[in-house]
Formats: sequence, C-alpha cells, structure tokens
Amino acid sequence: MAIATLCFYVFAAILVACGAMVITARNPVHSVLFLILAFFNAAGLFVLIGAEFLAMILVVVYVGAVAVLFLFVVMMLDINFRDMRKGAKRYAGVGAAIGIVLLAEILLVVGTWQLDPGLSGAGAAPTPAIADMHNTRALGNLIYTEYVYLFQGAGMVLLVAMMGAIVLTLRQREGVKRQRIADQVARSSKDEVRKVNVSSGSGI
Amino acid sequence: MSELPIMGPALPEIFLAIAVMGLMMVGVFVKPDRALPLVSALAIAVLLVAGALIAAGGGGYQLAFGDLFVVDRFAVFMKLLVIAGSVLAIIMSEGFIRREGMDRFEYPVLICLATLGMLMMVSANDLIALYIGLELQSLSLYVTASLQRDRLRSTEAGLKYFVLGALSSGMLLYGASLIYGFGGTTEFGALAAHFGELESVPVGVITGIVFLVAGLAFKVSAVPFHMWTPDVYEGAPTPVTAFFAVAPKIAAMALLLRVMMGPFGGMVGEWFQIIWFVSAASMVLGAFAAIPQTNIKRLMAYSSIGHVGYALIGLAAGTEEGVTGILIYMAIYLVMNVGTFACILSMKVKGRMVEQISDLAGLAKTKPAMAAALLIFMFSMAGIPPMAGFFGKLYVFRAAINAELYTLAVIGALASVVSAFYYLRIVKVMYFDEPAEAFDPVETRGLKAIIGVAGVIVLAFIFYPSLLADNAAVAAVSLLQG
Repeated sequence: MAIATLCFYVFAAILVACGAMVITARNPVHSVLFLILAFFNAAGLFVLIGAEFLAMILVVVYVGAVAVLFLFVVMMLDINFRDMRKGAKRYAGVGAAIGIVLLAEILLVVGTWQLDPGLSGAGAAPTPAIADMHNTRALGNLIYTEYVYLFQGAGMVLLVAMMGAIVLTLRQREGVKRQRIADQVARSSKDEVRKVNVSSGSGI
Repeated sequence: MSELPIMGPALPEIFLAIAVMGLMMVGVFVKPDRALPLVSALAIAVLLVAGALIAAGGGGYQLAFGDLFVVDRFAVFMKLLVIAGSVLAIIMSEGFIRREGMDRFEYPVLICLATLGMLMMVSANDLIALYIGLELQSLSLYVTASLQRDRLRSTEAGLKYFVLGALSSGMLLYGASLIYGFGGTTEFGALAAHFGELESVPVGVITGIVFLVAGLAFKVSAVPFHMWTPDVYEGAPTPVTAFFAVAPKIAAMALLLRVMMGPFGGMVGEWFQIIWFVSAASMVLGAFAAIPQTNIKRLMAYSSIGHVGYALIGLAAGTEEGVTGILIYMAIYLVMNVGTFACILSMKVKGRMVEQISDLAGLAKTKPAMAAALLIFMFSMAGIPPMAGFFGKLYVFRAAINAELYTLAVIGALASVVSAFYYLRIVKVMYFDEPAEAFDPVETRGLKAIIGVAGVIVLAFIFYPSLLADNAAVAAVSLLQG
C-alpha cells in the first residue's frame, strides 16, 4: 500500500506542477510538451485506481493524436502570445474580482444543499466490482449494449458535423490545374510520342 | 451473454437514418446538375415512408433500447406533424434554392437529418437521449441557416444561431446534471418515481428544472430567450426560415411537454410560475415588438414568439385539457405558418426576392388569389373567427380558465388584440394601398398547391374540428398516463 500511496503523490504532484507550467510557460511549444507530461501522469493515476483501459486511451488518443495535433498547430501558426497576454493582464483584476464573487455565491448556495445519504448507490449504471469484470468489458457493455441508441445517435451527430464542414467550406474553384491521374494513366504513348527525323544542319 | 435490445418501436428512425446515408451516396455519385432534384424527390419519398411507418406502428405505449426511447400516441401525433413540416419545407424550397445559389444536394439531406433529430427528441425517454436528439437537430439547423455561404447575412445568421445554441445547450446540460445528481438516474420513468416519493422537493432539483426549461425555452424561442429569433429568421434563406418556424418548434414543444409532464409532472406547483412568466412575456413581446417591423420575415419571427407564448398557456395550466390545447394549437400553427411562408416565398419582383411589407401594396389588384390566401392566413394568425387560428386560441384559453389562470388568459386575450393590429395592417396594405410593382407568377406547382391547400384547411377547420381535436385529446391522455 505504501508504494501505491507514494506513486499517487508522485503522479499527482507532477500532474499539478505540469498543469501550472502549461499556462505559465512563455514558449507555447513548451506548454504543449508539459501538457503531454501531464497526460502521462494522469494515465498513471488511472492505472492506480484500476482503470487501465482509460489509462491506455488517454495515452493513445490524447498524447498520440490530440497533443501532437496541438504541437503542429502551435508550430505552424505564427501567433504572438506576448500580445495576447497584454490584453489578459489588463482585464485580470476585474476578471478575478467577478470570479471571486461568483465563487462565493455558488459556495453559499451549494453549501446549504444536503445530499440524500442513500443516493451514492442509486446510480443508474453502477459499475461492477473490478474483480467481476475487467473494465474494457464493462465499458463495452455500457456503450455498445446498454447505450447503443445513444452511441448511434452520437454517430449521426458526428456525421452532420462532417457534412456541415464540407458543405460550408469546400469550393470548386475555376481555373485551378489539378492532377488527374486516371487521364494520365489512360494516355497511350502512340498518341503523344512522335518520331521526327531531323536532317542535320536545317533544324525542325 | 447479453441480449440485443428491443428495437422494433424505433423502426421509423432506423429507416430514416439508413435512408439518409443512402441519399448522400446518391447525391455524390449522380451527375452534379441532376443531383439536387433527384435527392429532393427521394428525400420527400423517404420522409413519407418514415411517416407511414410511424402511423403504421400505432400508438401503444412501447419502450425500446433499454427504456431510452418511448413511443405512444403523443409521440405519433407530434412526429406526424414534424414529418409534415419537413416535407412541406422541402417542397417549398424547390424554386428558391435553384435561383439563389444554394443548389446543393446536401440541403434536403440536412433537412432529413434534422427531422431524424426531431423524431428522436419527441421519443426521448431519458435526459441523455433528449440531449442527443436536440443536438442532432440543432447542428443540422445551424448548417442550413448558413447554407448561402457567400451571403453575409446568411453566414451571420448561422453563426449567431450556433453561438447562442451552444450557450443554451450548456444551460440544458447543467440542469440535466443537477437533476441526475439529485435523482440518481436519467431515465424519465425512474425520475418520476423517485420524485414522487419525496415529501419536499430539494432546491437542487428546482434549480435543475430552471436550467432545463431555460435551455428548452431557447429552442422554442420563448421570451426571455428569444433574442436570436428575429436576426436568424431574417438572415437565413427564406425556405430555411419557413422550416425553422415550423418543425423544430413543434419538436421542441413536444420535448418540453414530455419533460414537464413526465418526470416533473408531480410537482406542477414548483415550476408552473416559470412557465406562466415565460408564456405571458412571450405573448406581450410578440404583440408589441412586431408592430414597428417593416420586414415580413422579422414580423413572422415576432409572430412566432407570440404564438409560442399562447401555446405555453396550455402547459402552465398543467392539465390534460391544456396539453390537448397545445397539440391543437401546434397543428393549426403548422398549417397557417406554412401557408404564410409559401406566400412570402412567392414575393418576387422580376426574379428578385423582396421582403418588405410595403412590397405587398395593392396585391389585391395585381394578384387577387394570393392576396385572398394571405388574408385568410393573417386573419387566422390574429385569431379572428371563423378561421382555424381562433380555435387554437380558444382551446388553450379554455384550459387556462378551467385551471383558474384568469390573469394569464386575460393577458393572452389582450395580447392577441394588440397583435391583430399588425396582422390586419398587412391586410390593409394589400387591399387599400396603391399597387406597387406586380409580383412574378408563383413559380412552382408545389408552392401553389401549398398555398391553396393550407388556405382551404384554415377556412374549413370550423366544419371538422373534431378530426384534429379527438386525436389531440387521445394523444394528451397517452402522454399523461405514460
């Protein structure tokens, strides 16, 4: 147990430190690199609570795809972050004041609520004990069997998003020269290559 | 091994989802100049088949997909209205989209996808299913609003709708999460059972309901969440506006009814004052803000805000009679709005669309038939007997009186008197002003037929009110029993 506790504190401390570095680092590339480190530590925390599938997904999807995409975007776009910070500093005072007032209000409201003690076990889809079912299977059961309707519905939403992006941005421009591979392959050398006998000294 | 979930009751939705993907394939592989007419015709056919499947499925209370999906008489009634709205929207857009540079086959496909989302909304029996249906519908609508992507106003409308829609979805989700937190489940039946046992309703649940209602009120464009409506209605291409004014409103109203009368039906006392305020404010704003409008599409936007207010009277009453009133009101609203928009789509001078009310001047002399039809629709919207619109108002007002909501009924009656001013002003412009430039002839047979049929239905409703009223009453009973 001691090792697990130690691991937890190491992962958690690095995670929080990385989170702070992501927003404070001056160089945006460094920010993204700290973000990747943060993802790895979060994955470690998932492993500690026995959610190995989520840990793998976090590494594969977020580190492998999302963070690398961020890195590309940051490197390709020439954004001057110093100028963006200038504006942020100007509004920081007012923003913080509003944030604190809002936080105090929410605490006052939520602090008076009392949760029903019997509620914690009343979830609609309580997770089975880890010993009964490994969590890849538990998630699969939930997503593809119990909530298959929602899964398919979400798929239709993504289809609309894709269609919308194409409809609103794809343009057939006039006068653009495109490579048409089928035409290129279909051309035969008989039509295109001509043998010309050039007598010396006279030119074509 | 786990068994496959029950899917039978969702057959129309499954059919529509698969057919939509087929339509996309057809659109891509057919020659570009033939794609739009072909896909439009197929989309209408697909929607009609889906409608037939819904009607054939009958209205027995059935659950599917592990209680996420419900079919009852109420769902069948609302779904048929939604399908009618979508089919008419595709028919109406035929001439416009070819002329105004939005002739892409994706338009009918997006309408079908939006319709699928609306059917899912109407049948939602769970907070997550509600949200997925709502997003599918909204996302398709955002895209169709900005489909004229080279026109500034259309893209502006789409962007505004998107940003405000995202905000309202956020509020709705926050409300749903609070309700889940206090109810322990997202399924409507279980929620109703859980809240039924409680002696007093926790504050958190009421907060959740408020956020949920705010999100849904945005979708039906009720005051104070109506700000987007006039801009979006004015900026979006006219056939899209016609679609916005009808089908999504009906679906969102169905959703609001199902949520409020289902899981929260036992605590009408807690939320009725919210609906009361939203209803009264919508009626008053719809009546007064429309008066200075000169653009007919903006006028229709305020008019639709007012109509939502009248329909919500039935929900504030919270009785079976009130629900019946809403169903009748929405059905009549569909017919008269479709008719009016068919007339607006025919407002065209020398191939150019016009949208000002002053352009209608002297229409009675230049095009008497169209003027007569518009006269019928305007009288009906104003609620002047014997037009259908009068009966819509009659049913909801009667429900309000029987539920002892006298103040609300009086506000409604006064607001409808005020709103009669701007409806009748259009009639005055058409019949008594000096003729402006004559409109071009109505361009498609579909538009002519829609104007004619809608006019006849609005006029003849007085002879056969029971056709609609009986079905609506049965649907209302099934909603309250479910």
